[in-house]
Amino acid sequence: MAYKRQIDRLPIIPKDAKEQNVTCSYCIVGCGYKAYTWPIKKEGTATSNAMGADLGKQQDPNTSAWYSPSMYNVVKQDGKDVHLVIKPDPDCVVNSGLGSVRGARMAENRNSNVTNTQQQRLTDPQVWRNGTWQQTSWDDALDLVAQVTARFIDKGKEDDLFVSMFDHGGSAGGYENTWGTGKLYFESMKVKNCRIHNRPAYNSEVHSTRDMGVGELNYAYEDYELTDTIFLVGGNPLETQTNLFLNHWVPGMRGDSIGKKKKELPNEAHAAAKVVIVEPRRTVTVNACEEFAGKENVLHLQINTGSDLALFNTLFTYIADMGWTDKDFIKNSTFDGTTKPRAVTGGDSPPPKGVAQIEDAAHPAVLGSFEVARKACKMSVAEGAKICGVSEADIKLAAEWLAKPKQGGARRRTVSAYEKGIIWGNDNYRTIGALVNIALVTGNVGRPGGGVCRLGGHQEGYYRPSDAHVGRPAPYIDDLLIKGNGKVHHIWANDHYKTTLNATEFKRVYNKRTNMVKEAMDAAAGGTREQLVDAIVKAVNAGGLFTVDVDIIHSQIGKAAHVILPAVEAGEMNLTSMSGERRLRLTEKYMDGPGSAMPDCLIAAGLAQNLERVLRASGKGAYADQFKGYDWKTEEDAFMDGYNKGNPDVTYDRLRAMGTNGVQEPVVGYKDGKLVGTTRLYTDGKFGAADKRARFCAGAWRGWQAKGKAEQKEKHAFYINNGRSNLNWQNQFLDQENDFVLDRTPFPFIEMNPDDMKELGINQGDLVEVHNDVGATQAMAYPTPTAKRKETFMLFGSPMGQQGNVVNNGVNELILPDYKHCWANIRKIADAPAAVKHLSFKSKEYVAG
Amino acid sequence: MKRCDKMVDIGRRQFLRGGGVAAAGMATAMVMPTEVQAKSGALLEYPINRLGNMSNLKVNEPMEVAYPDGDAPGVLLKLGKRVEGGAGPDGDIVGFSTMCPHKGFGLNYNAGDKTFNCPVHLSRFDAEAGGQEIWGHATQNLPQYTLRVDDKGDIYAEGIDELLYGRLSNVL
Repeated sequence: MAYKRQIDRLPIIPKDAKEQNVTCSYCIVGCGYKAYTWPIKKEGTATSNAMGADLGKQQDPNTSAWYSPSMYNVVKQDGKDVHLVIKPDPDCVVNSGLGSVRGARMAENRNSNVTNTQQQRLTDPQVWRNGTWQQTSWDDALDLVAQVTARFIDKGKEDDLFVSMFDHGGSAGGYENTWGTGKLYFESMKVKNCRIHNRPAYNSEVHSTRDMGVGELNYAYEDYELTDTIFLVGGNPLETQTNLFLNHWVPGMRGDSIGKKKKELPNEAHAAAKVVIVEPRRTVTVNACEEFAGKENVLHLQINTGSDLALFNTLFTYIADMGWTDKDFIKNSTFDGTTKPRAVTGGDSPPPKGVAQIEDAAHPAVLGSFEVARKACKMSVAEGAKICGVSEADIKLAAEWLAKPKQGGARRRTVSAYEKGIIWGNDNYRTIGALVNIALVTGNVGRPGGGVCRLGGHQEGYYRPSDAHVGRPAPYIDDLLIKGNGKVHHIWANDHYKTTLNATEFKRVYNKRTNMVKEAMDAAAGGTREQLVDAIVKAVNAGGLFTVDVDIIHSQIGKAAHVILPAVEAGEMNLTSMSGERRLRLTEKYMDGPGSAMPDCLIAAGLAQNLERVLRASGKGAYADQFKGYDWKTEEDAFMDGYNKGNPDVTYDRLRAMGTNGVQEPVVGYKDGKLVGTTRLYTDGKFGAADKRARFCAGAWRGWQAKGKAEQKEKHAFYINNGRSNLNWQNQFLDQENDFVLDRTPFPFIEMNPDDMKELGINQGDLVEVHNDVGATQAMAYPTPTAKRKETFMLFGSPMGQQGNVVNNGVNELILPDYKHCWANIRKIADAPAAVKHLSFKSKEYVAG
Repeated sequence: MKRCDKMVDIGRRQFLRGGGVAAAGMATAMVMPTEVQAKSGALLEYPINRLGNMSNLKVNEPMEVAYPDGDAPGVLLKLGKRVEGGAGPDGDIVGFSTMCPHKGFGLNYNAGDKTFNCPVHLSRFDAEAGGQEIWGHATQNLPQYTLRVDDKGDIYAEGIDELLYGRLSNVL
């Protein structure tokens, strides 16, 4: 039977409970929550409580006077046990009191020695010693890291140090922690062999839009309430940006916001928003849009996977041919060839007319004027329909919904939202560029109801010194590690084992190389620190790899590490992040971290101080001086050293006062006791280039761009699409110990057409092996009648079966992985195990009763 | 599911307005006579309520009830197939709260695939799998009644396995 908590009452939050601001630590939407804490032996009553409600009565739907058992826990605060409730804030404009299936479990996913939740959290540093990991002190662990690292770095010679470091907000990221690590590796050092948490290089996921002068987070969530058409590409927001969808898309689609439209945007026709969805799979988002907008207002272009670029170029061509362009915007705000381009590489000769950026190793397409792009991207509707596998009529209808002026002649407002379907898709640079082209040509950037934005994963929270020294294209770190490069590897909350591509090979080599060092350390048991370091250095020079893993849990790659350093998360520290509409908030510290775990920024500071000491002792005084400037006592010190220096108006006190609504970046001032922000970018028609003009992307369709994709498709029976789900947060680092989640997802699911399952003799819940030319993984079969034949969808990042094992190493020119394109064969390996017997395998789509 | 339909209307209105509207007349079922229960002290004291008789139930047609009091709407359901946690001689009688554990809106019953569905945020629960959330936003599976059927075919509820939406104690 389904998991039940058997909890039939909860302690009541008393009136005088401490209230702290929380922004959800999970997805980019950044819902506002409040954390309430109060002494363990006290509680409120039915009539006297923090909610001011009569709890002796049944509360109405949508009440803020209720919290679920998952919103409750008992945690330590200043060393004492306290009750904790984290519930959605009805006054936050982001979510208006809605909680997602992820955020509403924040409290339950806290470390508690009373309720025994998240006992997997790391509490103290550990060092590989005497054949296993042994607990030790920070001083001991950081000394070993510094001693070994110092043997492989010197001024200007830091290429043997490989670093994997998160760049996100929320969770354990945020401006404090990205600054701490950024200062260490990009200021004290100039480490170039580094990568980010979800990809094998240090690069942007959206280079082209930035190169075009259009930052990827340029709108406000309310634009979905003000728009005429929502254009969704490669995204599934009901599952992965849930309350953005429920609280902002739904009012737009249902027409609930028409009053708001009429008020804010008078003198033009308004109706409920239509929706165009580009997505090879029928997702629950498609289903939900049909429910809320009506089927007649939803156009699902179920294209052949990977053909997005052809579709966008066709739409762009057709819109231009029909004259549905915003001529004033193109003239005033885009590059026309007469202004001086910002930068052109490739010699001294002037660029061709209308070209702002030639195609070169760092730019996989020409950037320039509308006419240059129009010529390069030209694709007929017939040709586009053939490549994409959709009808010509549907393409024309999509173009109408996206661009045809409204009744009365007003320009159509279209908001474009895209995510991993094209970010981790075919030909990243050109595809995203082509989508931005459509927004530019219709003037839909910088105006209410417009915008062309990525939907996002984590929140953002990036503040670091320049990464220019890394170069572009950036080094392909995971491939370099496979090829034997790197001697010391510092990992900050990355788990390559669960989330990289070519993971079968990566794990094989990584285990081998780190095991060489473990064996050397075992052989040096009982020796002095110097003897141990010598043994490690010898093993490393023989092809081994010394690994330091900073994380909140003992991750899968952490099992290969030699030193493990425990970090804390948001709420266990003060942490600032920015959402998908650039909304900056401070999550206040409301509980103690486990054991001696510390904020990443302070761990980075400790490492810098140890490196300074060790380098000075070894006679490298000048180099050691580069590691000064880390005398931070708190995360606020790191915030002031980094983010505040660039944004002097922003302080913790001011952010605290701004509550869960915070302020939208960029912050432009401080007035009447409030930070003043920016609702949407580019409202003045000036873009992010030296001449303030946006560029079009002149990137023609060129089929499968990444290496090995076309060949793999030819050789295997099934398309293995993959991605996130509603319930399982990213690589499930906390959810892997959450009973509610595990009960529903004991294994990663693979959605398959029932006829395909029948053909292979697979029943629901059976474990199957997914195998191809680069590796194998396993999953649980979930019959899905809406899945196309031979097209599957597997949950990514699971600890119980890594989809990345079967993704080949193909990347684009700028080392962006194409995780989404993977083909394999499938075979049954086991009958449905016991953990699966109670599961529901019914359709995930809403069906009215 | 007349009453549930009303809940849906309330739900849609509230969703539209962002909440705060009183949900008048949401539960109408009568509370049945309560049996005396020995006091233990440690556990919450649930009333033992007769919710109906086997003869009232038709296969796959939910019968509106309320438990543990008149303000907590729910259903009894004869699934026609033995399920884990099912009561009665055929082990196929189940009872659930019909307030969605996400935001409290009334769930519709879909007899086609035996699921409870929230029309406001689209969460779904499986009547045949202990109320497991098939997909949705609730962080709980659907609260289910502990049922007992006596010799006369009377169906009694004796407890609930999850916290009901909108109350911090299942028994007010």
